[in-house]
Amino acid sequence: MLALFLRDIRLSIRAGGGALIGVIFFLAVIATIPFGVGPDLNLLSRIGPAILWIAALLACLLGLDRLFQADREDGSLDLLVLNSDRQTLALTVLTKCLAHWTGSVLPLVVAAPLLGLFMNMEPLGIGATVLTLLIGTPAITFIGAAGAAVAVALPRGGLLISVLVLPLTIPVLIFGVSASYGAVADPAPFVQPFLILAALTLFLAVIGPLAAALALRHGTD
Amino acid sequence: MRLIAENLGGERGGETVFSGIGFALEQGEALIVTGPNGAGKSTLLRVLAGLLPAAEGRVRVEGGGEDFSSVAAAAHYLGHLNAMKTALSVEENLGFWRAFQGEPGLNVEEALETVGLGGLGHLPFGYLSTGQRRRASIAKLLVSRRPVWLLDEPTAGLDKASEERFAGLMKGHLEDGGIVVAATHLPLGLEGAKALRMGIVS
Repeated sequence: MLALFLRDIRLSIRAGGGALIGVIFFLAVIATIPFGVGPDLNLLSRIGPAILWIAALLACLLGLDRLFQADREDGSLDLLVLNSDRQTLALTVLTKCLAHWTGSVLPLVVAAPLLGLFMNMEPLGIGATVLTLLIGTPAITFIGAAGAAVAVALPRGGLLISVLVLPLTIPVLIFGVSASYGAVADPAPFVQPFLILAALTLFLAVIGPLAAALALRHGTD
Repeated sequence: MRLIAENLGGERGGETVFSGIGFALEQGEALIVTGPNGAGKSTLLRVLAGLLPAAEGRVRVEGGGEDFSSVAAAAHYLGHLNAMKTALSVEENLGFWRAFQGEPGLNVEEALETVGLGGLGHLPFGYLSTGQRRRASIAKLLVSRRPVWLLDEPTAGLDKASEERFAGLMKGHLEDGGIVVAATHLPLGLEGAKALRMGIVS
């Protein structure tokens, strides 16, 4: 499993891996917002956490279609499924998800504080948003893995995956954003939505890979 | 151990491609599957490996022990695709499969030496020619041990010398008590192999 994790990390940082594409997309969206919304600093800082979360969500979805499709195209997926007696397929999927998150999504979390400055957010708000992104984005990857596994046989399944996955990510988005707000806006709570967010991630870490493994096992042809 | 297929049928997109195929292979036996395009050779191999569900009948291994209790656990599957990443070096690719598949056999350098790619391990897989890619993919069979080799057109793209070298590898595998099932149009140079000729189901 460690070998699979390292292989996928290597692939994501080598040419054509697409680790940077998500970050560039994230940067592009966030950098565009102030031009569209206008120079109202209070407004920007108020919508900042939500914008960071929405942009991070979309950037997460961007690379998900390649999660299994790249392996399918070169025949690796057959061997990953074939070896499921030795390496449980759900754990293989979980490992691929973690590698994908580390390679493609973690850079977003790292870039988020810088982009928070674009949105005129205060340090505490930036810290809370980064923390919720760190805890919440794995959930998006786990849901996305199930979508990617269902759509693995479809050419140009990327958009379909986004459409399939987006409704399921809404709870993650809601609790992520409300926890981020809770840290800065006083009456709103931080701890409760944050704990629910963590619970969502843990729950989906189990359900997502299991569903994806089931889809992959029946999707080979 | 034995590889047994009973009354096996396969279908593609709801259409029966073949049916009623049965064989039993002992250790050291090879089965060469031939037939025209569309006869279902690749489908048969995928059904054997368990990558496609069998429409009827079943496949099993007997006497494989703990390690090789099912066909999927006991088999190497070499399909049309090489299952190697073009962005990684040949060594990284083979090293990954060696670690992932378990039951390590030859180490990566020895395996590359055996298929005649010694000294090319540091190159990205994408830089290799078609025949070299196939040979690197064959080296994948050597880095982890499996008694059953399911080979789909294994010699496609290989030159004469490499074909002979590969025939030698298969013979060695059979002498070690392995089982080979190969679908091919080209003679593989295996004497005494059983033959299965598939026709087109009308």
